[in-house]
Amino acid sequence: MGPFEEQTGCKVNVKTFGTSDEAVKLMQGGGWDVVSASGDASLRLIYGGNVQPINMDLVPNYADIFPDLKMKSHNSVNGVAYGVPHGRGANLLVWNKEKVGDTVDSWSVMFEPDSPAAGGVGPYDSPIYIADAAVYLMATQPDLGITDPYALDQTQFDAAINLLKQQKGLVSEYWNDYLKQIDAVNAGTMTAATSWQVIVNGFDPATIGSTKAKEGATGWSDTWMVAKDTPNLNCAYKWLDWIASPEINQQATAWFGEAPSNVKACDIDPEQCATYHANEPSYWENVYYWNTPTEVCLDGRTDVKCVPYSEWSKAWSELRS
Amino acid sequence: MSTATTATPPKGGFGYRHPRARLAALLAAPMAWLVVVYLGSLAALFLTAFWTVDGFTGALVRTFTFDNFVEVFTTPAYLQTMLRTLGIAIGVTILCLVIGVPVAFFMARVARARWQPLLVALILTPLWASYLVKVYAWRAMLSPEQGVIAWFLAPFGLDSPGFGEFSIILTLTYLWLPYMILPVYAGFTRLPSSMLDASADLGAKGWRTFRSVIVPIIFPTMVAGSIFTFSLSLGDYITAQIVGGKVIMLGNVVQQNYVTNLPFAAAFATIPVVIVLLYLAAVRRTGALEKL
Repeated sequence: MGPFEEQTGCKVNVKTFGTSDEAVKLMQGGGWDVVSASGDASLRLIYGGNVQPINMDLVPNYADIFPDLKMKSHNSVNGVAYGVPHGRGANLLVWNKEKVGDTVDSWSVMFEPDSPAAGGVGPYDSPIYIADAAVYLMATQPDLGITDPYALDQTQFDAAINLLKQQKGLVSEYWNDYLKQIDAVNAGTMTAATSWQVIVNGFDPATIGSTKAKEGATGWSDTWMVAKDTPNLNCAYKWLDWIASPEINQQATAWFGEAPSNVKACDIDPEQCATYHANEPSYWENVYYWNTPTEVCLDGRTDVKCVPYSEWSKAWSELRS
Repeated sequence: MSTATTATPPKGGFGYRHPRARLAALLAAPMAWLVVVYLGSLAALFLTAFWTVDGFTGALVRTFTFDNFVEVFTTPAYLQTMLRTLGIAIGVTILCLVIGVPVAFFMARVARARWQPLLVALILTPLWASYLVKVYAWRAMLSPEQGVIAWFLAPFGLDSPGFGEFSIILTLTYLWLPYMILPVYAGFTRLPSSMLDASADLGAKGWRTFRSVIVPIIFPTMVAGSIFTFSLSLGDYITAQIVGGKVIMLGNVVQQNYVTNLPFAAAFATIPVVIVLLYLAAVRRTGALEKL
């Protein structure tokens, strides 16, 4: 931040938040110029009129962003880009080797009633987890026809909710604070859970296994967005270019524990890119970045209505009650 | 024999000469806080409960509708959560009474007078520790197989209760116990020993004295303590997140929804307000509030 302030003369105030819901609330409240938003917040911000499209000609470092991160459905609408990609990561499957087995490669340990992890399952405590159930259904119930876990029509959505209700019997805890997860996994009360690479890096690989499940996984790809009516547009664009530069992108993503978005960052720290699979497009092929479900189906279907995020929230709330 | 005299205006400042204005000025700040900040925000909350959100943008739609309340009361899962929360609040209150009253009695009547300030200080000390620190400590203690409680119960072949409703009640009881002990202790110190002597003289043994003499006198203080434990437990959501496992309480539903669907969360949030108002009305009926 210091070097940025020196070089540009823009003064930076930072506010950290813990969940996408908090991010949306902060941007709706106003007073903030830029936000790093996950996909389950970005579309809410775009459609809510809280952020503006970005003129990428004014962000030189955008040219070096990995091609498979540009113009995705969570950071662009109708060919208009709304932000600069930051870091990305996949939601991994972690398990207790002693209680569940040495090698596990499928989400079935978290969903099937006869799983050795029954009673110790730890799903992520957020409505967006419904997409993880949808990813599992893509493999186990292909006749439902799910192609995008964030574009679920009522039938597909109900199937996902039913799967989650069945899962609830196997759950020990839903986690939203990663410190709680670390504590629970190490204590052995959570024997199979979704997790993030940054958390996994802290586990002992001899006792806790981790992998990207074969059915695919949800993940996140954060986007730096600019508030709609910001008075500090120049500084905002300067920030976007700064944070997307190879050195800063590498540092910021390494600190959080995710793959960088700038190709040149891998020249600076090849090990980070290897750990987080930054340079492997095949790894990301079955990773479905968090997105904000809307009534207009995100997979392009026009013959049905999809379930919007507000309904996901209500359904999750009801499921948890 | 009465003489009529005209009163001469007393000498003194504006406030002295206009007592009503003085009163108004004195009360202005607290009234502003109470009416504008406190009651005003409650009114805004209640009003929001009758609105909805647009499914697409998430923006507030300011048309009057009962939909949120209908949904709250017709979904079995939410009714279950409300009843569960009510049950937890009642359980915590009863447990606090069962533990708190004997402790308060010991502090006021049995312990030597020299030790009383020290005992009061000891009861108050946990309040200095952060809420989160205490609840996380309980999480560590309740950890199945590995926590202190599990270690303690292992020789008996039992395991810790784990994470769930029982642990929530246990933790909340621990948190709110000082709020129950202190008012009851204050009540006990005001209890005249002559009452206890008289009761003994009339032939009443310990339990009878307790039931017929002591409890009626300290009843208002028990009620005061129960208002704390009941209302604090009713709205709590953090403890459920930390020691509740997959169990959630009323406050968790509000927290889960207030960003994406504020009106629904507002509708849910008015329920504990109504419950506490009913509770206070019932308490008022017993006359306990006058005697405090």
